Amino acid sequence: MNGASSRVDATSPKATAVPTTQPDSGAPVASRGVPWRWMLAGFTVLIAAVLAGLALGPAGISPAAIGSDLLGRLPWLGLGTSMSQLDATVVWELRAPRVALGALVGAILAVAGGSYQAVFRNPLADPYLLGVAAGAGLGATAAIAYIGASTQWLPIAAFGGAVVAVIAAYALGRSVAGGRNTTSLILAGVAVAAFLSAVQTFVLQQNSESVRPVYAWLLGRLSTSGWSDVTLIAPYVIGSLIVLLAHRKVLDVLRVGDDEATSLGVSVTRVRLIVVAVATLGTAAAVSVSGLIGFVGVVIPHVVRLMAGANYRLVLPLSMLVGASFLCLADVLARTVLSPAELPIGVVTACVGAPFLAVVLRRVRGGDT
Amino acid sequence: MLCTHRLRAGVLAVSAVLALSSCGSDPSSGAERPESGSGAGTEFPVEVEAGNGTVTIPAEPVRIVSLSPTATESLFAVGAGDQVAAADDQSDYPEQAPVTDLSGYQPNLEAIIGYRPDLVVVSDDSPTDVSEGLEAAGVPVLAEPSAATFEEAYDQILDIGAATGHVEQAQDVVDGMRADIEELVASVPDGPELSVFHELGPDLFTASSDTFIGQVYAELGLVNVADAAAQAAGTEYPQLSAEYLISADPDLVILADGECCGVTPEVAAARPGWDVISAVRSGAVVVVDEDIASRWGPRIPLFVEAVVEAIRTASA
Repeated sequence: MNGASSRVDATSPKATAVPTTQPDSGAPVASRGVPWRWMLAGFTVLIAAVLAGLALGPAGISPAAIGSDLLGRLPWLGLGTSMSQLDATVVWELRAPRVALGALVGAILAVAGGSYQAVFRNPLADPYLLGVAAGAGLGATAAIAYIGASTQWLPIAAFGGAVVAVIAAYALGRSVAGGRNTTSLILAGVAVAAFLSAVQTFVLQQNSESVRPVYAWLLGRLSTSGWSDVTLIAPYVIGSLIVLLAHRKVLDVLRVGDDEATSLGVSVTRVRLIVVAVATLGTAAAVSVSGLIGFVGVVIPHVVRLMAGANYRLVLPLSMLVGASFLCLADVLARTVLSPAELPIGVVTACVGAPFLAVVLRRVRGGDT
Repeated sequence: MLCTHRLRAGVLAVSAVLALSSCGSDPSSGAERPESGSGAGTEFPVEVEAGNGTVTIPAEPVRIVSLSPTATESLFAVGAGDQVAAADDQSDYPEQAPVTDLSGYQPNLEAIIGYRPDLVVVSDDSPTDVSEGLEAAGVPVLAEPSAATFEEAYDQILDIGAATGHVEQAQDVVDGMRADIEELVASVPDGPELSVFHELGPDLFTASSDTFIGQVYAELGLVNVADAAAQAAGTEYPQLSAEYLISADPDLVILADGECCGVTPEVAAARPGWDVISAVRSGAVVVVDEDIASRWGPRIPLFVEAVVEAIRTASA
């Protein structure tokens, strides 16, 4: 068990920097007490991020007024609200859906990224690995360019494209190696993604005028369409999160290697298929409304691992909280830095995420020596 | 005798100018020419001051390739339509424009030269290496980049008239545009200052007062809600925050994304929070033709007219 776990660490260089060794045994993590402190911290950060998301924005509504309005809406307090109709609309119809969408998208991207990294045992795996992003992009572009679909069909077309792309990549990867070899699956994903991206570029070039709405979507956005986007994707995202989190212990076993996991009674191929399918479904739902928001899926699980250890029983739930908080806060920056203009959220996630990762890396390594 | 005959025959104005000058019957006819120092428009070669410097056109062009939809409209408006051999894939106006699959965004040098052009008109979207390639091949290139002001737009139409031998017609087109716009501006009802939001896409991309569209609004005395965002973002085409737009409460909303994105006044009014916007409540939300609202050619008065109509609705 020890030898196996150190081999896993070698595939994930960042994991070696973790100062606290996680328990190798199958003992419930919760019994150690430490993870609950992490979870509590995660929840606190998420609540702070949500409140910041509600309180800050270009409309210049005082956070105090929003706070009293929020309390006034709690039925058992019986307080009235003093907020104007316009301000209430801005906060509850515009900001609140963005916060909710940011939390959902951030959560699923981070958890899907962490799950992909687990089943592929590859630290660079991200939710877009098997062609979700390229498939969604092509689906959205082609629907608008060739079918003349209006923008409200964009999420459905993107979702369809994403699912088709991943099925193609999975089928291609399995046909080569029978699902046992993760490298061939990853290569199949790279090939499918490259092919679909090329087709998408071609379609964009052929229809440079009619596909204008696609460009904003490609940059990533937490959108302006109110609660409808949130209710559209929430069932898929929440369902995927539940299934992926339920697999956290199995993913932890998978860390030791396919053969070892099989000998421990885990059906590796089946777990891999379920996790990939569910993570893809959730990611496709998120991508279909929010566009291509990069960086969250690959970096948040690593940040969590660096801070709290490589145990997936903690990494997945904590990634969910940190991912949700991160995207909420990134969106606060997206709408305040250039206020009243918007900055594409994909720009913010990369610009803030990269230094964030560097700081965590430095701190952890600094504490190590 | 010869003169009257020619005039009655209804030949192009360029011939009329020739005839008049040669007869000496109207000595003032040449005085209004804006570029009288540059070859008078009819005597080739002419020199035209365009976006790419002084362009010399050795002879009257008869195989013009236009890679700019605005330029195509101007070429036809000044009466040079017969001289246009090919127009790019976006040149959808006027109907008789010889649209081809040439692209102005990603131009193919060989495909352009395949039309054996004697003049190529481009806008600033075209990459410079294509212009350089054409010039190397001995084809004069007239660059007419997007105008920032009415005067620049007029000047470009005059350039195109001069370059094609239609100086007087170009002047007539510009005079007509000036008169139409002056009349429209004068017809704006008096009242409190109104604000406007120009929507380029459903993600609330918009145009500031530094753009040509913005100039039209400024000319009509409108305040553009995009200007604060443009200043913050350092771009003429910023993306507005939805909540800012609602708190800015524009009196007019001009939708230039009806064709591309299916936005209608009803779709816009159904967006969260939009029911409280003044423009939605007064009905001053109008869809404008995307082409008319994005080109700086001879159809500007139509755009101005649509905006004036919205002002009347908002003021009523």
